[in-house]
Amino acid sequence: MVDFTQVFDYVLMAMLLAIGVAVIRLKNLFAIVMLTGVYSLLSAAWFVSLDALDVGFTEAAVGAGVSTVLLLAAMLLTARDCDHVGAARHWAALAVTVAAGAALFYALPDMPIYGSGDTPANSGVGMDYMMRTGEELFIPNVVTAVLGSYRGFDTMGEVFVVFAAGVGVALLMGLGGGKRDEEDV
Amino acid sequence: MGAHLILRVVAKLLIPLIFIFGFYVHFHAKYAPGGAFQAGVILAAAVIVYGLIYGMDAARKAVPPWAARVGMALGAFIFAAVGFVSLIFGENFLDYDVLHPDVEHARGQYLGIILVEIGVLLTVTTVIIAIFYAFAGRSPEITEEEW
Repeated sequence: MVDFTQVFDYVLMAMLLAIGVAVIRLKNLFAIVMLTGVYSLLSAAWFVSLDALDVGFTEAAVGAGVSTVLLLAAMLLTARDCDHVGAARHWAALAVTVAAGAALFYALPDMPIYGSGDTPANSGVGMDYMMRTGEELFIPNVVTAVLGSYRGFDTMGEVFVVFAAGVGVALLMGLGGGKRDEEDV
Repeated sequence: MGAHLILRVVAKLLIPLIFIFGFYVHFHAKYAPGGAFQAGVILAAAVIVYGLIYGMDAARKAVPPWAARVGMALGAFIFAAVGFVSLIFGENFLDYDVLHPDVEHARGQYLGIILVEIGVLLTVTTVIIAIFYAFAGRSPEITEEEW
């Protein structure tokens, strides 16, 4: 029997590949920004197909939405088209891509089968969380329990990373709102 | 973007729905996939859509830049503060059990997760809005010919 969702995954991956090739060949930055947004939206659909719903709608909101807007804003500050890139640099990029791809395929047999129950993530501490969350925290969603409580310190680190990103952008570019910013422009 | 009537009407319909979906993702995370990180980006996306359609001045009126600035720090502060509260009560950092006397039913854990998730929501939403303001505040408006 043919697994329908697997066919769906392959179609999505083929579309991602096609968009990747199109982004390389295009010279118009506006089209490239839009295609990267489409790329993110397709990735989001793919994540949903892989049962990673929360990752899926984060990708849809951040990848397809926010980062497309930011790239457009950045494009408006620079040029509309990219410069011609010499053939020699294409060969170097191709060599790096082929080497990285070959390394990934070399590592592929070591990966557990998709959905397998005895992966390190499912068998070790992950299973422990699955068993204990219901009894200890009374929270049905184990992901929330792990992120919020068991691994709260990690999550705090993530929040501070997000905060640091915001502070970094604010230091470099200002927040575009204060009176001083208007005077600068 | 003065002439884009359809965009304005559709945005007016969609933005409240995006906000409701964001809050749903946040407050339903006990049962459903999602959480404060996801909800934060959805809420910020709603503000960004508002800014794109109705202009930066309207967006700055709705969410002032000082609110984005304060929210960034306040969210991270709330998260760390919950950790220090449990530290002060003599438990491990971020051990929420001290927050509520009913340890049997893990009420403290429940309360702690809600508090830190509010912090995460605040920081993620305002950081993305602040980054949007930083970029969009510098870009010239897109002229009609370029569409």
